[in-house]
Amino acid sequence: MTIANLNIAWLLPEILILTMACVILVIDAYLPKQLRNLTYHLTQGTLLGAALLIIAANPMQPILAMNDMVIIDAMSVVLKLFIVLIVFFTFIYSREYLQDRKIFKGEYFVLGLFATLGMLIMVSAHNLLMVFLGLELLSLSLYAMIAMNRDSKVATEAAMKYFVLGALASGMLLYGMSMLYGITATLDLTKLSQSVSEISNDRIVISSVNQLISETEEVELAIKNVEKHVTTITNSPIATKIAEIIEANIETDAMVIIKPMLASSSQNYTILVFGLVFIVIGVAFKLGAVPFHSWIPDVYHGSPTSMTLFVASAPKIAAFAMVIRMLVDGMQTLHTDWQGMLILLSILSIIVGNIIAIAQQNIKRMLAYSTIAHVGYLLLGIIAANADGYAASMFYVVVYTIMTLGAFGMIILLSRTGFEADKIEDFKGLNERNPWYAMIMLIIMLSMAGVPPMVGFWAKWAVLAQVINAGFVWLAVLAVLFAVIGAFYYLRIVKLMYFDKPTSLVPIEAGVDMRFALSANALIVLLLGLMPNTLMAICLGAWGISV
Amino acid sequence: MIKFTFYLFSLILIFASVRVVTVKNPVHAALFLVLAFFSSAAIWLLLQAEFLAIALVLVYVGAVMVLFLFVVMMLEINFSQLREGFVRNLPVAGLVGALILLEMVFVVGAWQNVPPPVATEIPNIVALGQVLYTDYFYPFEIAAALLLVAMIAAIALTMRPHNRAKYQKPDQQVSVNREDYVRIVNIPSEAKD
Amino acid sequence: MIESILYLIITVIKIVIIVLPIMACVAYLTLAERKIIGYMQVRIGPNRVNLSLLPGIRNLRGFGQPIADSVKLMFKEIIIPTNADKFLFVSAPILALAPALAAWAVIPFADGWVLADINAGLLYILAMTSIGVYGIMISGWASNSKYAFLGAMRSAAQIISYEIAMGFALVGVLMAAGSLNLTEIVMSQKGSFLHWFWIPLFPLFIVYFISGLAETNRAPFDVAEGESEIVAGFHVEYSGMLFAVFFLAEYANMILIASLITIMFLGGWLSPFEGIPLLEYIYLPGIFWFGAKVAFVLFFFLWTRATFPRYRYDQIMRLGWKVFIPITLVWIVVLGLLILFKLPPWFA
Repeated sequence: MTIANLNIAWLLPEILILTMACVILVIDAYLPKQLRNLTYHLTQGTLLGAALLIIAANPMQPILAMNDMVIIDAMSVVLKLFIVLIVFFTFIYSREYLQDRKIFKGEYFVLGLFATLGMLIMVSAHNLLMVFLGLELLSLSLYAMIAMNRDSKVATEAAMKYFVLGALASGMLLYGMSMLYGITATLDLTKLSQSVSEISNDRIVISSVNQLISETEEVELAIKNVEKHVTTITNSPIATKIAEIIEANIETDAMVIIKPMLASSSQNYTILVFGLVFIVIGVAFKLGAVPFHSWIPDVYHGSPTSMTLFVASAPKIAAFAMVIRMLVDGMQTLHTDWQGMLILLSILSIIVGNIIAIAQQNIKRMLAYSTIAHVGYLLLGIIAANADGYAASMFYVVVYTIMTLGAFGMIILLSRTGFEADKIEDFKGLNERNPWYAMIMLIIMLSMAGVPPMVGFWAKWAVLAQVINAGFVWLAVLAVLFAVIGAFYYLRIVKLMYFDKPTSLVPIEAGVDMRFALSANALIVLLLGLMPNTLMAICLGAWGISV
Repeated sequence: MIKFTFYLFSLILIFASVRVVTVKNPVHAALFLVLAFFSSAAIWLLLQAEFLAIALVLVYVGAVMVLFLFVVMMLEINFSQLREGFVRNLPVAGLVGALILLEMVFVVGAWQNVPPPVATEIPNIVALGQVLYTDYFYPFEIAAALLLVAMIAAIALTMRPHNRAKYQKPDQQVSVNREDYVRIVNIPSEAKD
Repeated sequence: MIESILYLIITVIKIVIIVLPIMACVAYLTLAERKIIGYMQVRIGPNRVNLSLLPGIRNLRGFGQPIADSVKLMFKEIIIPTNADKFLFVSAPILALAPALAAWAVIPFADGWVLADINAGLLYILAMTSIGVYGIMISGWASNSKYAFLGAMRSAAQIISYEIAMGFALVGVLMAAGSLNLTEIVMSQKGSFLHWFWIPLFPLFIVYFISGLAETNRAPFDVAEGESEIVAGFHVEYSGMLFAVFFLAEYANMILIASLITIMFLGGWLSPFEGIPLLEYIYLPGIFWFGAKVAFVLFFFLWTRATFPRYRYDQIMRLGWKVFIPITLVWIVVLGLLILFKLPPWFA
């Protein structure tokens, strides 16, 4: 190993964030209270700097760095850029909210930077170790940020719940990873994928050899058949091994050696699938797919809204990347196995998310269930198990985070010191209070509901098209059906805003940056809806598909 | 000889682990956990993983469990309340336990690519150090960042801004001026009648 | 089978050969402490129990004191407080003494004079010294007494805090020596006393010494016992032989820390005059130099006790966390640079 082949330069965004997080931490410790805004500006500057570095470090070919621990490819560049920008927006939205609630602390922003670092690591992980470390860096920062408001009981409870369930999920994930390691003896995703495909090839060979042996009673003849069969196969280690054994031994001896070998090797595949189950469970926990969703409503509801915004937006992109890294980069060969699991998760999420959301009176809880439903749709693209499907999912996750950003931004906007605008009623008559903000919320709600021509519609359309292409028409029908049911609760908010009388007439106050960012956010949603092709082309490009 | 030692420590380990769960007093449970750590460290030593064994004693026995014991000793836990859900949760817990056991049987049962123990001249601390700072340099750094986050989080969550502790400030004490504290007032004496 | 039994017997004999002199040293260290502090305070110290080792010498007044003390302690009643956790109460002193003695297994007294010459010697030492705290914690809890409990809590927090600085000091030593093996650490300091590690590692040497005081609950860090605040801290309920075992553990730990300082910073059994013209012909066996250096360090332990007033608890914590840990961290970086530039004579 030399410094040169570590490819450190490709990691500059991560290095910048890590260094600046440490620098800001020290600066903040010595900063008088009046100058706390400096921490905020430094943090935002760091994020913008990282965004520039990410764009600058855009490789033509996938690049492996740090002894193959990290991969920088088109997908990672796109997702990283969105993560950094979304965190940037999150901080703009949260600034006044945090100041009002006296949790405007330097640690908040430092932990936010560390969480961002964790997400970036997850996105470009090329080793199970890195996936796990990135995930932990992200989760640990989030737990602490949620609990930062020490005097709030609900926030502490939410942090505790998130921590316990998150730790459980990490445990599951780690257990799955250890099983994969036990079978394949590697953590590197490329080697893992090779090893996995070898094992699944072995499985086919084993069953055909078993069949050949059971078909013919005579040992000599059976072995001859087996030999003929295995010599035609090149991509299976066990086939070569059997061929060697047959060559080295006489027929009866060969049979004695081969039979137990077949029996023990066939178990490898089973363990591999067991490991896969644990990994899917861990991932589902992190994404919040039903039946592993129970933390989402409580955490979204209990956290300070600025944190709900943080938890709900960028980490979803990272979780998507994690799924892609492990299931696609690492175990594409096993897609028939994980497809089934994901279909189950997806259907349940779509059904449970959309139906329970209708019953919610608290808008944060409602959005929590809507998140669960969106995760279900997001999984549809991955279920298609081809590059087009992944690109559609990627499009969906990016669009979803932009919409969520706007939705929670609106809640923050309406909240004041000592008042959380987290009831659905709080949006009553928003049009009379301020038509522009009502317009913003309208755009976001219509987009979330998937009403054309909003971008949410194109996102849903993209994943549904892919899932139909992959042959799961019934799944698509179900998804559309529940999308229609789900539209109800989004449109209810629209109705409240435009057709009801306002309950309070307190003027809505916000800083220029917040108003500007929120308006920009809504305009982006609108523009993307009118011209979805640009973003779609980027997502397809990330998977090497030219339009 | 090694076999005997192995079985001895395994027996102690199993016994201690069982006691951790069954014993009533939490302090005793914590101490049994210490014993369990110790016996597993001994088993690792038998496997010639001396670094892991000593690190286990150093980190878990020497630091983590001490703090744990610290907390447990200070707590007043209502045990009857803790035990209430036992019967109700037993079926689910049993099911999960059985599942995990099954998994373990599968995994361990099919274990075949066990590398033979390699007799190397390099002690395993050196071997670990060599890969840790080269091949695994990046994860190592990230793990360090993870620990830093844990530290920041712990401090941010527990440190209260108002500090009730009062310190002496010797420099201020020394540089006190008489004028700051003593005011000489000239009170005219009353005339004697 | 016979071989392994034989091996076992030989090992046991070796252990006895190491432990018995240590116990004797402990006994006479208590006497030395009382005498030295006595002289420092212009008193004579214990002088009643005479012991004439040689018929000609009469002046060994007080030299029988440790023996008289131990006989007294052995015959005193052991009182177990009501509602105490009997089993833990009795086992606590043993838990305190056992690691203090176990650590001696890797200490080289002279070239080749070591029970177990293991590779990870330094780590083993660190592990053993870190579990000594259990004896104190358990005794405090099992005594069912608030003073004992307070003492145990203080001691646990203190030992954990100083262990970090101590560990970092050890990191410095292993960087300098390039080995975790104690014999190799000594051998890498070969040369005159200017070649020993106490010069390049001076800040670590000081930090290690002071942390050693804190680890052994010695004055001025004896808040765990603090007889004027919490009676006698963790061992307030102990009497007789059980108390004596705590006493043994504390002094055995002191000697252990002194030997470690000797090995890591003062060149172990090496003669201080090696390589110095004329003086290098003074030949004394390694064990002599080792003993002399240990005694020298121990004298500092006693001197400190006679000189400094007890630290307040928050001051102890501040010193450990805010002073020692930063110092050691900075010096590790400096040391890295010294090694990188191969600073003679230590790292050439």
